[in-house]
Amino acid sequence: MAADGAMSSYRRGIRDGLPFIVMVGPFGLLFGVVATEAGLSVFESLTFSIVVIAGASQFTALQLMQDNAPTLVVLGSALAVNLRMAMYSASITPHLGALPFWKRAVTAYFMVDQTYAGSILEYERRTGMSVGEKFAYFMGMATPICPAWYILTLVGALVGGAIPEGIGLDFALPLAFIAMVAPALRTPNHVVAMVTAVVASLLFAWLPYNLGLIVAGLAGMMAGAEMERRRGA
Amino acid sequence: MIEDKVELWVVIFGLGLGSFGLRFLFLGLVGDRTLPGWLMRHLRYTPVAILPALVAPLVLWPTSTDGEVDPGRILAAFVALAVGYVSKNVIAAILSGAAAFAVLAWIGL
Repeated sequence: MAADGAMSSYRRGIRDGLPFIVMVGPFGLLFGVVATEAGLSVFESLTFSIVVIAGASQFTALQLMQDNAPTLVVLGSALAVNLRMAMYSASITPHLGALPFWKRAVTAYFMVDQTYAGSILEYERRTGMSVGEKFAYFMGMATPICPAWYILTLVGALVGGAIPEGIGLDFALPLAFIAMVAPALRTPNHVVAMVTAVVASLLFAWLPYNLGLIVAGLAGMMAGAEMERRRGA
Repeated sequence: MIEDKVELWVVIFGLGLGSFGLRFLFLGLVGDRTLPGWLMRHLRYTPVAILPALVAPLVLWPTSTDGEVDPGRILAAFVALAVGYVSKNVIAAILSGAAAFAVLAWIGL
């Protein structure tokens, strides 16, 4: 029974993860193209995507290396862009913290925007999932999404600059995240958290190293939590 | 061009370790210890705060237009938000947002 639950959760995760290929793919492709144009070999580009598996950080690092920034600045900035992963980690811990150590390590490696967002929203929507089912669902999400990142990086590195510009592919990521967040706005608390975060992200967009994102995320979380404290969940 | 291959590999593996560290920070170290109520109350709003905060500047100042405001993107974003909020359907929201984006681009907005 428990195994059945995990298997169907895994399959549901795959099904829900498949559409994200459409948003992950173009970025992987773009990274491969940009990396080879920056002088990386196909092997180096692919290794980059497999080892780091974080698009925004990879683009940041590539840009700064081309600008001949000191290695510490490259690492510091690219990691700052990835600080949100620590928030994801904290946010998903109440759901997956009971897993054995190695499964938590595997989860950590595959934690990207899409696997995190898809999974956490599923856990909130479908209450009563066991921790095994939650892990299976997460791995299901990762199954199409993460290999798509590797493979399309490889394709991008191989085909180089043959991608047409100006077809608005960059809009795929914002659109997909909006579409995921909208159904999660279940209470006025959630709406307040979102509006606060959006306003703060625009007000603090001038902060260096993507720190505006962290400030805005914290502001939104505090606003939501304060609303909940005052008027209940 | 990136000439220094030693630096490149230091960055690749340094960034890989650092990114894994950030992802593992809470999940690995906290595990199933119960988190205090005030922290749980904040964590409940992480996705609806951080994802919109990631998206809002990209919608308002897209990198592909060099930060030039594009009314089509903003309208399409609101269409996706509204459809997703009302229908609770992710795919319907993506498709309607993409359709709005395409139509608005086509009529030159």
